[in-house]
Amino acid sequence: MDFQVVVLAGGTSKNLVPLVSKEVPKALLPVGNRPVISYVLELLELSNLKDLIVVVEGQDAAVRVGSWISGAYVDRLHVEVAAVPEDVGTAGALRAIAHHLTAKDILVVSGDIVSDVPLGAVAAAHRRHDAVVTAMLCSAPVSGPSESGSSVGKDKAKKPGRYNIIGLDPTKQFLVYIATGAELEKDIRIQKSILRAVGQMEIRSDLMDAHLYAFKRSILHEVLDQNDTFQSLKQDVLPYLVRCQLSSEVLLNGAPQTEENGNEKASSQNNQLMLSQILANSSTPSFHELYALGPNGSTPVRRTHKCCVYIAGKSKYCVRLNSIQAFSDINRDVIGDASHLSGYSFSPQNNIIHPSAELGSKTTVGPHCMLGEGSQMGDKCSVKRSVIGRHCRIGSNVKVVNSVVMNHVTIGDGCSIQNSIICSNVQLQDRVVLKDCQVGAGFVVTAGSECKGEALAKKEK
Amino acid sequence: MGTQKKGASRGSEDPVELARVPLQAILLADSFTTKFRPITLERPKVLLPLVNVPMINYTLAWLESAGVEEVFVFCCAHSIQVIDYLESSEWFSQPNFTVTTIESHNSVSAGDALRLIYERNVINGDFVLISGDTVSNMSLTQVLQEHKERRKKDSNAVMTVVIKRSKPSQITHQSRLGTDELFMAIDPNTKQLLYYEDKADHAKGYIYLDKLLLADNPSITLHNDKQDCYIDICSPEVLSLFTDNFDYQHLRRHFLKGLLVDDIMGYKIFTHEIHSSYAARIDNFRSYDTISKDIIQRWTYPLVPDVKFFGNSSIKLERQGMYRASEIGQSRSAQIGPFTVIGSGTKIGNTTKISNSVIGEGCSIGSNVSIEGSYIWDNVTIEDGCKLRHAIVCDGVIVKSGAVLEPGVVLSFKVVVGRQFIVPPYSKVSLLQQPTKQDSDEELEYADNSIGIAEISSITHTVDKLNGEITNQPFETQCWPTSELGTGGAGYVWSICEGGHDEEWRHSVAPIPADKLSEAIHAADDDLELTQDGRSLPPSGELKPDSNDSEYDDDGESRDDSIYFEKEVEATFLRAVHENITVDHVILEVNSLRLSYNKVAADCAGGLFYSLMKLALETPHDSASELVQAITNVLAKWKKLLKYYLAEIDEEIEVILKLEEICESTKEFAPVFDKILYQLYDLEVIQEEAILRWDDEKKDADESDKFFVKQAEKFIQWLREASEEEEEEEEEDEE
Repeated sequence: MDFQVVVLAGGTSKNLVPLVSKEVPKALLPVGNRPVISYVLELLELSNLKDLIVVVEGQDAAVRVGSWISGAYVDRLHVEVAAVPEDVGTAGALRAIAHHLTAKDILVVSGDIVSDVPLGAVAAAHRRHDAVVTAMLCSAPVSGPSESGSSVGKDKAKKPGRYNIIGLDPTKQFLVYIATGAELEKDIRIQKSILRAVGQMEIRSDLMDAHLYAFKRSILHEVLDQNDTFQSLKQDVLPYLVRCQLSSEVLLNGAPQTEENGNEKASSQNNQLMLSQILANSSTPSFHELYALGPNGSTPVRRTHKCCVYIAGKSKYCVRLNSIQAFSDINRDVIGDASHLSGYSFSPQNNIIHPSAELGSKTTVGPHCMLGEGSQMGDKCSVKRSVIGRHCRIGSNVKVVNSVVMNHVTIGDGCSIQNSIICSNVQLQDRVVLKDCQVGAGFVVTAGSECKGEALAKKEK
Repeated sequence: MGTQKKGASRGSEDPVELARVPLQAILLADSFTTKFRPITLERPKVLLPLVNVPMINYTLAWLESAGVEEVFVFCCAHSIQVIDYLESSEWFSQPNFTVTTIESHNSVSAGDALRLIYERNVINGDFVLISGDTVSNMSLTQVLQEHKERRKKDSNAVMTVVIKRSKPSQITHQSRLGTDELFMAIDPNTKQLLYYEDKADHAKGYIYLDKLLLADNPSITLHNDKQDCYIDICSPEVLSLFTDNFDYQHLRRHFLKGLLVDDIMGYKIFTHEIHSSYAARIDNFRSYDTISKDIIQRWTYPLVPDVKFFGNSSIKLERQGMYRASEIGQSRSAQIGPFTVIGSGTKIGNTTKISNSVIGEGCSIGSNVSIEGSYIWDNVTIEDGCKLRHAIVCDGVIVKSGAVLEPGVVLSFKVVVGRQFIVPPYSKVSLLQQPTKQDSDEELEYADNSIGIAEISSITHTVDKLNGEITNQPFETQCWPTSELGTGGAGYVWSICEGGHDEEWRHSVAPIPADKLSEAIHAADDDLELTQDGRSLPPSGELKPDSNDSEYDDDGESRDDSIYFEKEVEATFLRAVHENITVDHVILEVNSLRLSYNKVAADCAGGLFYSLMKLALETPHDSASELVQAITNVLAKWKKLLKYYLAEIDEEIEVILKLEEICESTKEFAPVFDKILYQLYDLEVIQEEAILRWDDEKKDADESDKFFVKQAEKFIQWLREASEEEEEEEEEDEE
């Protein structure tokens, strides 16, 4: 397939402090003990999309991501890693790598997506409609998973968050309206001309833009060139394309209907001139050419656009790792509800314990847990719904519930960890009690401390 | 009795109890519009023949077949004709179907009609609300059941509106029935109606939906491809709602939109879409044409010409959709084309061609006549060699030989078209003169209706007289202005009212002419270009120009608001002047305006003062001094009213500012500003303190703003000098 894939892997996202650091950019955060970007890469590989450009914000981060990818996928994918300055935005990132893009269509994927939606299907839908842009939509999550801990439980009472307001045509194939960001707070404002063209429009607030788009390269280039203030694909480029698609939409529905009146026959003579014009117009290419020329042929500003959508089925999993909450949710899902994503085979107890892991006596590891390579646990420990990374040393009488523990973590005796995220190389001394905490890499928590809802991290040098 | 049943239908769950309420319908035999003028000046719309059968028969026949047991026919305009017709028809003698007429002479809208019916207390359950110009063959079973079930769950579901798919033309933005395009938002799951916009303002390219709509519903469908059938299933509350909201007039524009906007009472309206059955309302000449054709082409089966329902004589369907009554005199050389109906007793001459037309009973059509797409009612005489295209010709018309009716012509009753005369396109011709103030603009209809009714009644009188005269005397003796309809012609050609010409082609029987279509296409292109300008829209998610736009809109709205407020105040005041309403009542009215527009006393004072000045300006005057005198008189008379709103100094200053504004905009006032100010002071409308403070405020203003201050300099000076005395006086007053 003549598709080039751009994976926007981001850099060290501020949302995810203290989980990310210079050493661990967002793309390399572990989900089920492997970097989050690997999920996207494998999904792409599955759809036979192997020509990738991974765009990373910041030079250092790019080097780290690049070295990991080349190590893991050396002979499986053709990956180029490009570094762009930080804070250029998604549109800026594409602008920066524009010269690398040569294929007819570009698939832009966010590097933090964990999903099982076949990306090939999105690309195919894009091709089928000869669209300018195809956006993937998935059902907006109705707050956290049901069996989550107390912190998420509170959210359940809330109404489902509104991510986007999306208008679809009756066939649910074309995108005719989108509101994102600040627009959500305003009244919905819909162009009548578009509504006239489609006749019926479905407006939904329960769909989420999954930040996965297929673009026609030439159009994307043009839009990015002409509008150098566009920063974000989602908030600028996509709404812009949707708003401007109109001229093509009219054509799309075939020739404009002639007067539907009963006296059509009688009036046909009157309308003959008109009809012949309309018929001439309906042969698409000629009309496009005519239209693109416009009154002043020099500036081909008028273009016909088709904006399509691919709506992922309700059963499909699609979440972006863009917040700390999402990080723990995804980790839990990958070993729980959406376990098929992790790529591991589960034991009869519905958990994964690496053969090299050592468990002390009377230590229990519940279902929906993962214990990485070479980790050791002392006696009388209990692990529930948690992920524990590689080479961790865990003392006796430790409880780990609903948490993520990354690699090389040392946990002293009698610790209790609930709803928390412990980054790599952290040292928890004896009898530490953590609830709803995030502990940044390399941090040392002193014996006996009790923390609740805190973010603990080393001061940046 | 009525209330008991209402209680039962609401409270009890017993289905037997519910079933026992007979299904009722309210049929409005008056459209409360003027779209069918001039014909409707002489005959009510519901009695106009639709494929040779008066329209009301279609509605009644459908109601009967749909299982309605009791119909209340509300008659207003030409009520006697309607009642006479119904009495002479068989509708009063049907088993299981009672027709009751309700007569009114002063209702000007559907709202008035429903309020009157509420007072009669005859409706005791869910009812069908329909107007007498609706043709349908839908079954009510399903929609009634849906309505009842919703009612059981939620007593606020008061109304179910029947809709049908029909995509308006993209070019003309109107449906095939000639009605304006309709924008609706519907909840796809519950079918609740959330937004309704007819009479679309073409200038506005956007629809605004309240963001809260989506808070309750995860999805909404917006429709531009539906048509309102004007068949409503209503709960009894609808009537009381009309009574509670005495300003509701129009069923859609006021009632339906009122309920949609009102979120306090929480009344809900639902929609029911019909797919295979037919339902349409004759709203204008174009829909008359369309629906006639639908009937001939049998979309409305069983309500078709060859099936005997009420009021039509036996007629046979022949090949190609030709319907012919048995006894017609047709020449052998006459060519009758497809989709044509010919009534009994009609004679057709040699080599005459008729196609796509409806010819009534007892017509005589000469030789070499060509009739295309026209509607010719009963007893019409068309002499040799005439040409008719897309015209409506009412009873008793005579078209003399060689005359031509261009597309869109409407000839009302007994008009005579002179020999060889060519009636220009879209003319409306009647024996009655055009009412002087004929407003086809519906917005004005209600306001002017009191006049309209008087007009109609006087006109109907003259009609009767005329009818007598015409039948008694030969036409030649009448002195018609011959120029209007050729030699020997009789009738007035109505002038097309202001601004109406533009829209005439939209609602006419004639097909839309090509040039209008191409114009419309261009307009659509312009629309596109406008949206293309949106290309230069800007970044960063926040659609800047959009937000600018909306800000501008907001501005516009608030400005409009105060303009409306001032206009209303002025209208109220003028009425008070003309009808000698006491000051107390005016104050009451202005106060209610103030509340509804959310204004403060200063706005009222400003508005009233403005109206006072306007009134003074209108009184005839020759010189400036006379003008001042007029102002003094008006002020003296209405001082009490103005004073009521001048409780505070700020409000008095507002009046002075208003005066300044008026003087700036009206030349005649400008030179006498100081004199008016003095009069205001002299009449104790404004205290000196207000004037002095105004002067102080103006001190820092621009030179240009100080024009009037300078003019009043002397006066202010005098005030300041005399202030010591004044103060003393004031002190005395206070004591």
